[in-house]
Amino acid sequence: MPTNEIHPELWVDRYSDYLYNYTIVRVNDHEIAQDLISETFLAGLKSKDNFKGESTERTWLISILKRKIIDYYRKINSNKGKAEVRVTYSDGDQEGDWLEERIRDPFDKTAEDKLENEELGMAIFGCLDGLPEKQARIFRMKTIDGFDTEAICNEFDITPSNLWVIIHRARKAMADCLESNWF
Amino acid sequence: MKIKLECHEANHICDKNQYKEASFWEKVKLTFHLIYCRACREYTARNNKLTKAVKNPEVKTFSSADKNALKEKLHQELSK
Repeated sequence: MPTNEIHPELWVDRYSDYLYNYTIVRVNDHEIAQDLISETFLAGLKSKDNFKGESTERTWLISILKRKIIDYYRKINSNKGKAEVRVTYSDGDQEGDWLEERIRDPFDKTAEDKLENEELGMAIFGCLDGLPEKQARIFRMKTIDGFDTEAICNEFDITPSNLWVIIHRARKAMADCLESNWF
Repeated sequence: MKIKLECHEANHICDKNQYKEASFWEKVKLTFHLIYCRACREYTARNNKLTKAVKNPEVKTFSSADKNALKEKLHQELSK
């Protein structure tokens, strides 16, 4: 069985978006998601000697992240009692802000669409991770970060036709991968 | 000027079109090619789907500033 090694210096580039999309669906707050991810990376660093290389780095980091998210849930759960006291009816015909009135409308048609969209992010970055390093980076820069062709060519020292070939291969691989996992 | 494209040329234009970098004449040629080429129609459909998926506003990314901050933090931790 081939063992996987870990490269903490590449973590941010490789996994932060994947982990971020995983987290944001679960905690629904930008700041908190970021904190959880940086905690995850730090925890990963500390225990990197325990990494046996039986799983991929990404799986390992996700398992740490899961614990962090559970811890976060526990923390907010213990705050719940306090939160309830603060909920009050404001006067008049205004609706109050009781929790019961704030839950999602069950007939909201977009609720399911939204859930699907949130998982899409994970699918995309999961597929991107499966691409060869160079293809993945170029595809990212071009498609997600929106750099010009010229800027990317300069950075990687390639000609535009090289770039388009790489983009073509990456797009093909991404479409294949998303097709089997998503569409 | 020739109007008929080879399939690989059509795919190249289609790729460029995903980033709005294809010229008007190229788009005309591509559309013409798609009329009679089934394989390229499928490729184009998939390609458009991929672009739409990536553009989806729910697909969130870290800003590069945040990423750099995170890298810095990890780096410090590593060199301890």
